[in-house]
Amino acid sequence: MTAFQRKNDLMKPDKPVGIVGYGAYVPRYRIPASEISRMWTGGEGGVPIKEKAVNGLDEDVVTMSIEASRNALDRAQIDPQDIRAVWVGSESHPYAVKPTSTMVAEAIGAVPNTQAADWEFACKAGTEAMQAAMGFVGSGMARYALSVGMDTAQGRPGDALEYTAAAGGAAVLVGPGEESAVQIHGSYSMVTDTPDFWRRAHAEYPSHGDRFTGEPAYFKHILGAAQYLMEAMGRTAADYQWAVFHQPNAKFPMRAAKQLGFTNEQIEPGLLSPRIGNTYSGSCMIGLTAILDVAQPGDRILMVSYGSGAGSDAFDLEVTEKINDIRDRATTTEAYISRRSEIDYATYTRFRDKLKM
Amino acid sequence: MQVSRYWRMNAQRYMMANGGVATAEKEEEKTFTFSGRGTIYSYSTVYDAPAGFEAYKPYVVGLIKLDEGPMVTAQITDIDAKEVEIGMPVEMVTRKLRTEGDEGVIVYGYKFRPSVVV
Repeated sequence: MTAFQRKNDLMKPDKPVGIVGYGAYVPRYRIPASEISRMWTGGEGGVPIKEKAVNGLDEDVVTMSIEASRNALDRAQIDPQDIRAVWVGSESHPYAVKPTSTMVAEAIGAVPNTQAADWEFACKAGTEAMQAAMGFVGSGMARYALSVGMDTAQGRPGDALEYTAAAGGAAVLVGPGEESAVQIHGSYSMVTDTPDFWRRAHAEYPSHGDRFTGEPAYFKHILGAAQYLMEAMGRTAADYQWAVFHQPNAKFPMRAAKQLGFTNEQIEPGLLSPRIGNTYSGSCMIGLTAILDVAQPGDRILMVSYGSGAGSDAFDLEVTEKINDIRDRATTTEAYISRRSEIDYATYTRFRDKLKM
Repeated sequence: MQVSRYWRMNAQRYMMANGGVATAEKEEEKTFTFSGRGTIYSYSTVYDAPAGFEAYKPYVVGLIKLDEGPMVTAQITDIDAKEVEIGMPVEMVTRKLRTEGDEGVIVYGYKFRPSVVV
C-alpha cells in the first residue's frame, strides 16, 4: 500500500444498506471470436474469449436497462413509486443529450417523484451509481435507489477490442439493510488520470493505449482498490466465498484474482466474459448477479469494477437469508446466457449499424 | 416531427398501462397495467415495410391474446420468422419501434418475444 497514502477511510453509510433486488439482461445474439478472427486474421492466432453478446436491431441501453430493472423490481417486490433515484451508468447512451434514466424510470413506473441521471466513467459508471445509491439510502434521503450498469459497447472493425466489446448488464436496487438480500458493508474507490482508453465526442469508436491498458491501468487500480478495501475491512481473500472483477477479457480478471490470493473456484460463477464478452459498465455487476443466483446466506463477496481513465470501485458484500426468497422471482443470469443465437460477421455488421446505406 | 404524439402514449407504449388519471368524478380511470403475458393468436411476416420501419425488415407482426383477455397487435421480436407458431406463449418487452431519422427522437414501445424461462 505504499503507492497510495491512506488519507480517506472506507465509504460506509450511517445506516446499514444493501441490495434488495437485482436483475440481469443479456441480448440473444452471439458472435464467436473465431468468426471475427476469420474476418481479420484469416482465423490465425489466439482469441481472448469464446464469444460475445450482441444486441438486436431493436435493442439499446434504454431497452436493456428497462428489462434488467424490471427483473430487479420483480425480485424486490416493492412499489416502484418508492424509488427515489433511477441512475443508468453506460458509455453507450443512445442520446448525447436526453437522459436514458428518465425513459427507464417511466417504463418501470417510477415517475414522477424521483431523481434520475445518467452516469459516465468508461466501464465503472454502474458501480459509482451503486455507491451514490448507498449514500442516498444510508443517509435517509431515499428508501430505494436503482443503479444500472449497461452497455452496447463499440469496437472498431478489425481492432483488438472488437472481439470483446459486448452488450449486456445489470440493475441493482439498493435499499435499507434490514430488507436486503445482500448487505453492503463498505466500499472504496481509487482513481487517477490514466489515459488507457477513450472516445472523443462524436467519434464512433474508442481508441486505446494497447499494452498500456494492463499494468498501469487495469491492474494498478483493481489491485489497489481491492487491497485497500480488504485491509480496511480486516479481511483476506480466504474470508470471501466469491469474488468478481471487471472483465475486459478472460485473462485479466483471472490474473488479478490470483495476485490477490483468490482461487479459480472463487471467481468461476461470476466470470462471464468468456461467454458474453466485456459488457463494459455492466461487466462486474452482471457477474455479481450470476454469483447471487448461486450464493448461499452468509457468503461474502468481493466486487471490484474498473473504468478506463481510470479508476476502480471495490465493494464488500454479504449475502443474507433473504436471497432464497427473491432469487427465483425473475429470470436468472444463466437463463439469459443460455438463450443464444449465433450470428455471422455480416449479420453482426447489420445489427451494430456498421452498414452504411 | 411531432414529439408530443409519441410522448402522449408513453404509459401505453412503454408498459401497457393506461394513462388515465383518477379524479373524484372519474374514480374508474385509475391506471391499469397489463401483465404483458399472452399467446400468439395469429401472425404475418412483413417483407415490404412501411416508411420508418425499413431498417427492421423482415419482421413479424402478431395478434397477441393477452392473459387478461384483450387482443393487441404488436411486433414479435427475438425470434426468427420461421420459428413463430400460433399459440406460442409470449411476454411483453419494451423495444425500439423506430427512429425519426438520424437526428430525431427514438420511439420506444411494446413488442412481444417468446417467454424466457425464469
